[in-house]
Amino acid sequence: MSWEWGVIWEYFPRLLQGAWLTMELVAVSGLLGLLLAVPLALMRASANPAINAFPYAYIFFFRGTPLLVQIFLIYYGASQFDAVKESFLWPILREPYWCAIIAFSMNTAAYTAELIRAAIQAIPKGEIEVSLALGMSKLTMIRRIILPRAAGIVLPGYSNEVLLMLKSSALASTITLLDLTGMARTIIARTYTPLEMFFAAGMVYLAIAAVMILIFRLLERRLNRYQFAKRPA
Amino acid sequence: MDLQGYGQLLLSGLWVTIQLALASVFFGLIIGLCGATARLSSSPVARAIATTYTTVVRGIPELLLVLTLYFGGSQLLMWIASLFGYDEYIDVGQFAAAVAALAIAFGAYSTEVFRMAMMDLPKGQWESAQAMGMTPLKTFVRIIMPQVWRLAIPGLGNLFQVLLKDTALVSVVGLNELMRQASVGAANTKQPFDFYLAAALLYLLLTVVTTLLTGYLERRSKPELRGSRA
Repeated sequence: MSWEWGVIWEYFPRLLQGAWLTMELVAVSGLLGLLLAVPLALMRASANPAINAFPYAYIFFFRGTPLLVQIFLIYYGASQFDAVKESFLWPILREPYWCAIIAFSMNTAAYTAELIRAAIQAIPKGEIEVSLALGMSKLTMIRRIILPRAAGIVLPGYSNEVLLMLKSSALASTITLLDLTGMARTIIARTYTPLEMFFAAGMVYLAIAAVMILIFRLLERRLNRYQFAKRPA
Repeated sequence: MDLQGYGQLLLSGLWVTIQLALASVFFGLIIGLCGATARLSSSPVARAIATTYTTVVRGIPELLLVLTLYFGGSQLLMWIASLFGYDEYIDVGQFAAAVAALAIAFGAYSTEVFRMAMMDLPKGQWESAQAMGMTPLKTFVRIIMPQVWRLAIPGLGNLFQVLLKDTALVSVVGLNELMRQASVGAANTKQPFDFYLAAALLYLLLTVVTTLLTGYLERRSKPELRGSRA
């Protein structure tokens, strides 16, 4: 097998450009997804069937279908309706970049909402009872007790979800975006060195994942510092 | 939703998707069992190989794996064959490349599931089997496997659902599975939303069936839960 290191070095700057878009997609849709996930999780944790039916159906759909289908539904599917094409949404839904962001955010929101719901239900019951006994209103309790506590509990699971999202962001290349995978495919079309370029792209993905794991570890030390505190000797 | 006579096409795609998932899970489970055995073995070389495998494969996108094996599979296989002195051209078919990619991904995750399950078994099981004079292989087949299986079912069920959804990635390289057929229908009728929604509903159906099946297997594997109903 002929293996050309030269091709990798020559095109490495282009790959890094793609890596930048990949990170941008993950960061933007991660934040939007988180914003979407919190209300979904709170509604899902409710005992009232009128409130928890919608998040249940939402989570069921987005976790039960492939992300690729969701991306295509938004990117190609939206153009089927003239009403959409004439609306103010069209300039957004026409752009593959925004379609990818919308699909990734909605997808990760479903998975994250389940994680947050599990975290909310893992908060010791006593803490809820104490805040009720102190006369907190429901909103204050959510803001001061439930969400901060849930954030600490959810962090290890959430870091997994972000890593999975990094991997699924490769699907952006299917709707013409030049993310890390898309860039590798473009370069391969010119140089015809698939093994070298995909190998290089894979290594860049691993490097990004390693940095993310490190950041989450630091964040966990900060957020759950009570677990890392040294016992007095 | 009017599929304009393309419903048959979607169903044929669904069938390919199911075949793809079953073939991949079969090879993936074998890889996973070998991987877990290697990760828990006393040989540092085997441990290092298995750890590198799971770390790398779990860290790169499945799509990248599919593309690599599709575009570079022949090249890779010919290189391996040349190490053994075989220098003819080898063609890797679409289906084989897809199954290889999905099985390698599934194998990496199932290695971890099997490893956890094997670590959950008390060491005494190995020791008493040895005391009874069983060879390690016999112990593995008769004592360890049946119990590991039981512990691993919930984790494997989750992985199978991930695998089902990952089969959609194969459409990118043109294998005629569900997602690809939906694209064909969408292009021919100019009704992409209807076709992708139909595909989404079929995937949901598969997910639901798998969930029910995993639940059934989980109940079967726990006789203590079945007892009360007898």
